[in-house]
Amino acid sequence: MSKFEFPPSIRSRPIYRTLEPRKGPAHLLIADAAGAEAMLDMATTEMMQTAHIIYIPKGADFGGKLRALNPAKYYEGPSYAASVSRIRKVLADAKMGLQVYLAGTEGLMGQAQLEATNAGIPHTAIQCEHRGSVARRMQCVHCKGITEDVEVDPFICSHCGLNLFVRDHYSRRIAAYQGVCIDAEDPGNVPPSKGIYE
Amino acid sequence: MTIQFNDETFRDDYSFHNSAWAIRRFPFPFHEDSYMYSVNMEQHRGGPAGSIFEKRFDVDEHYLSEMRDRAMVLADDPLRCQSLPHMTLAGWDLLELIMVSKSEDYPELFELHRNGNTWRWVNKPMGIDDTFTFLDEATLPYGPLEYITRQAQGDFCVLDQRDDNLWMDAGIVTTQADWSLDFDIGMNFFEWHAPVPLAHEKGVFVRALKFLLNIQQGSPARRLNWTMTVNPLLDTSPENYHKWGIQKTTLTPENIGQKQHLRVELQTFFRLPRSNALVFPIRAYLCSFQDLMTMPKWGRRLHRVIRDLPEELATYKGFIDNRTMMLDYLSKFDDGLPTSDGIWPEFETEPSLNLSEDS
Repeated sequence: MSKFEFPPSIRSRPIYRTLEPRKGPAHLLIADAAGAEAMLDMATTEMMQTAHIIYIPKGADFGGKLRALNPAKYYEGPSYAASVSRIRKVLADAKMGLQVYLAGTEGLMGQAQLEATNAGIPHTAIQCEHRGSVARRMQCVHCKGITEDVEVDPFICSHCGLNLFVRDHYSRRIAAYQGVCIDAEDPGNVPPSKGIYE
Repeated sequence: MTIQFNDETFRDDYSFHNSAWAIRRFPFPFHEDSYMYSVNMEQHRGGPAGSIFEKRFDVDEHYLSEMRDRAMVLADDPLRCQSLPHMTLAGWDLLELIMVSKSEDYPELFELHRNGNTWRWVNKPMGIDDTFTFLDEATLPYGPLEYITRQAQGDFCVLDQRDDNLWMDAGIVTTQADWSLDFDIGMNFFEWHAPVPLAHEKGVFVRALKFLLNIQQGSPARRLNWTMTVNPLLDTSPENYHKWGIQKTTLTPENIGQKQHLRVELQTFFRLPRSNALVFPIRAYLCSFQDLMTMPKWGRRLHRVIRDLPEELATYKGFIDNRTMMLDYLSKFDDGLPTSDGIWPEFETEPSLNLSEDS
């Protein structure tokens, strides 16, 4: 099962829907891991004629199926960081009407959406569908460092080492949720970590 | 009157203090013996002489020390002042609004001399006398927003208006009630208020946004908001929460009157002329419990408000763990007598505390 029903939350938390094909002169599809399944569910033969698929497997095995869609361009990157310069170039070269589809983890969608909005596409025009891991991209509000793929709450900031709790407050500009020190008022009193949605 | 500026600190030894004048004019935020969120807006068109509502941008005895504290916060963390690229014009609008207002409202403290786009700004308390070209950033030591708000008490959020919403696209935030400009910049009105409990369900933000979108030039509005702060710490930022959070645990029944502060925000809203942005100054006033208790009406009322506040609000405002100790202290100043409507202390007419049972 790669689909997860997120519990209702606060207004800054992103809401993900199901990708649907839209008419447009070009299509940019960016996915990681199980996000490939959302692309496979949505892709049409017509769209693939002008589609650019950027896929970051993160250990998943959907590359062959995506390639078999026969998109105009296909790229598989070893990590998001390795792929981002290509994403920026594609967005910089894009013409009016480009359709953007993002699928997979929140971290991937958030960062790719930020690139697209920096390129001038309103965030409301970008489709996102969550698949796979429910891990979050977290920013430490204290040191500003980003910790990728956080699955538990609380967690330790990978930069400054503080014990942080996972908030639902989300910044599109940072493409991350906010992590705040959990034991500031009682140093050392850190509850055991558990899954974010447990 | 001439303001005597205090030399005081909002950190370390916390030498901040309120004079009798400052206590009397403190913006006590409760107009009745209970509290719940509401769209408590009113026009910001002056107020009683000497009150904090009288001038467009109130200057008080804490001015110089607050500006010194702001400079220290900015030196430690420059991300406390940010402006997205499209907000520079709004920054100039704000600079003009503050310079014009302060020079008109406090002519003995501030002067603005305009000759075309060549402006001379004199800030006597801070010893500033600068000549610059209006709308030319290269002629100021900082961007216009940062330049003028390093000389104005309170935080300033500059909100862009588009798509029937307000967007937190610029600001200077060094005296905040635990929210991060760096995290929230670029968010819309509902998003940056997302963590506030209960108010969304009550429709408060929908109504408030409707009101704010329609604020016109020359018709500013205002409201009060409040929270609690242990020690007169201005910079209760999330960025530094891992450093100051521990101070909340230092309250004792002996020191609570002196250490526990009611923190009140005078929030005002001005439409800016060129950018059509909305500036949202958030001016924090601090008053210790023991100073508040010198006004019998405030003592009675604060006890009742804190006692009856819903648990979600006490948690959100960060004092749930200290509420019992607060109530033990405050109850000594509540003799059960009725209080008069409104926020004013009415210290000349309100009956003094009747402590017959204890004495």
